[in-house]
Amino acid sequence: MAEIVIDGIRKAFGAVVALERVELRVADGEFLALLGPSGCGKTTLLRVIAGLESQSEGRVLIGGRDVSRLPPRARGLAMVFQNYAVFPHMTVRDNVAFGLRMAGAEAARTDRQVRRASELLHIEPYLDRYPSQLSGGQRQRVAVARALAVEPSVLLMDEPLSNLDALLRLEMRAELKSVLRAAGTTTIYVTHDQTEAMGLADRIAVLQDGRIQQLDRPATIYSHPATRFVGGFVGSPPMNFLELAAAGGAVRLGALTFPAPADGPIVLGLRGEDIEEVTAGAGFPLAVLVVEPMGSHTLVTGQVAGHRMRVVLPSERLPAPGEDIHLRPLPGRLRWMDAASGAAINPPNP
Amino acid sequence: MTLRRGIFLSGVATLCAWTLVPIWLIALGAVGGRAAVDSWPKSFWPGSASFATLGSFLAIDGVWTATLTSLEVAVLCMIFSILLGAPAGYALARYSFRGATAYRLLILLTRAFPVGILALPLTVSFIRLGLYDTPVGVALIHAALALPFAVLVSASLFQGIPRELEEAAWVFGCSRPRAFLRVVVPLALPGIAATAIFAFVISWNEVFAASVLTVRHRTLTAYLLAVLSESPLHVQFAGGLMLIVPSVVFIFLVRKHLFSMWGIANR
Ligand SMILES: Nc1ncnc2c1ncn2[C@@H]1O[C@H](COP(=O)(O)OP(=O)(O)OP(=O)(O)O)[C@@H](O)[C@H]1O
Ligand SMILES: [Mg+2]
Repeated sequence: MAEIVIDGIRKAFGAVVALERVELRVADGEFLALLGPSGCGKTTLLRVIAGLESQSEGRVLIGGRDVSRLPPRARGLAMVFQNYAVFPHMTVRDNVAFGLRMAGAEAARTDRQVRRASELLHIEPYLDRYPSQLSGGQRQRVAVARALAVEPSVLLMDEPLSNLDALLRLEMRAELKSVLRAAGTTTIYVTHDQTEAMGLADRIAVLQDGRIQQLDRPATIYSHPATRFVGGFVGSPPMNFLELAAAGGAVRLGALTFPAPADGPIVLGLRGEDIEEVTAGAGFPLAVLVVEPMGSHTLVTGQVAGHRMRVVLPSERLPAPGEDIHLRPLPGRLRWMDAASGAAINPPNP
Repeated sequence: MTLRRGIFLSGVATLCAWTLVPIWLIALGAVGGRAAVDSWPKSFWPGSASFATLGSFLAIDGVWTATLTSLEVAVLCMIFSILLGAPAGYALARYSFRGATAYRLLILLTRAFPVGILALPLTVSFIRLGLYDTPVGVALIHAALALPFAVLVSASLFQGIPRELEEAAWVFGCSRPRAFLRVVVPLALPGIAATAIFAFVISWNEVFAASVLTVRHRTLTAYLLAVLSESPLHVQFAGGLMLIVPSVVFIFLVRKHLFSMWGIANR
């Protein structure tokens, strides 16, 4: 139905290359999160898909149809803009109804869908106000409602919840997910909030400098990052990286020896929660620097083999700064990366 | 602080006096009759205000016809300026094309040619084109004078309307012209109206081109210049006042939009 295929899209603004040969296939009804740091090209990719920006190379296919040369209105999608772009001269109601009216929907259907979308986003009390009379978060919800109201088969959202308070965001996130799943909407959801991406998406595409670094299910992205960048970007706390030297097919860390996939300089990746505390001599020592009790767990920052490391301990464990604690990685949780390129050496085999 | 405030206030007072005193004096001359005009020293209050002079001025043969011609020319000038100026301003605001900056400069440069130099060739071509001594002909010249203003002001106007609003309209089913009508026009309308009225005022006040390019279909300014040079001073004052008042009223009505266009905070 509405599968999206991004086929070798490249986008350059003069000398600035915003997207570098992006290949992406979003299945019909799939929820894909586009995750990446500021300036990595997320908005540009959405705008190319929507037809607001013309690609330098490549094609965009929606539902098997090449839409590369079609104007935005002929692509059959809806979009939530990063800066909302709600129409200031229309009431909230007219804003939300805009897409339906432009499509010539009959009044009854327009009313029904406008009501549904505004209920979902809790903006019914403001339907007769103008956007200038709304707060930033309310305006953002109007933008989301305007996109949902047309009940599109393809929905592009550019950080649609960025301006909401934590509680509302959590609630909206859950409701969006269930509504879009029920409607079978193919969704591309841009965010730089990795917990949002993890929680919402069927798959996550991690973008860096205009390139897709990894495209996979959230759990795989989390446990088997394809590059050092992905491991460091996804997860809180981020993955720990220790630059070590392997010799004779093994790496030594404290009292432990790990079989290494290659000799020479190598990077060991380890998530902060993939460790257990052991007695002295049975693991590697971590010199505790900072202890942060987080309620559900304790976050300990320390120093090992000249590297910073953050680990997660049970909440009742509160080591003192200056103390040495002894740790051992859980079996099967070590990730190896090439020291020069940062690419994972053991390809993920989930 | 009071010193600075004093300087500020006296500056304001000077500027106000700079524009208001001449207008006031003209008004005095217009309502005071021959006696007030000739008396010296001038009193700043009308001794005996009478609208007799204004009345007799309006009774002069041809004043009403000239006023109507002026109106016609000014309205035409307004329409030409907006129809030509707004699209040019939109292009300047939304599209980056080679030589956009040079084009901006060129628009201003059109004001660098004095109409005096152009008068003769213009007259010749207008006669050839059948535009000589017609309101349309004068309106075209006035539109040429008003266009730089219309283009640059509407460009900054359109620049102030976020591109994303138009893009949102495209995504939600509008063609480009429809998005322009549904989103850009409503937002730009107050500014466009102000620009239009400014073009109107430019045309209303213009006298040189109007005098050169017409013989029988004079605009009010050209007509007064021709007729009043022989009239007594207080009648001339009455004519002056009649010319000033519409401009002042118009500018007063649109001042808010003009200010906001020029980036002077008025919120
Ligand atoms: N119109 C433009 N002209 C020139 N460069 C641009 C333009 N639009 C975007 N860029 C550049 O392209 C790159 C990607 O921008 P983009 O807006 O896609 O980032 P983003 O991932 O959405 O970032 P953010 O999370 O901050 O919104 C940036 O380096 C940006 O400077
Ligand atoms: Mg962005």
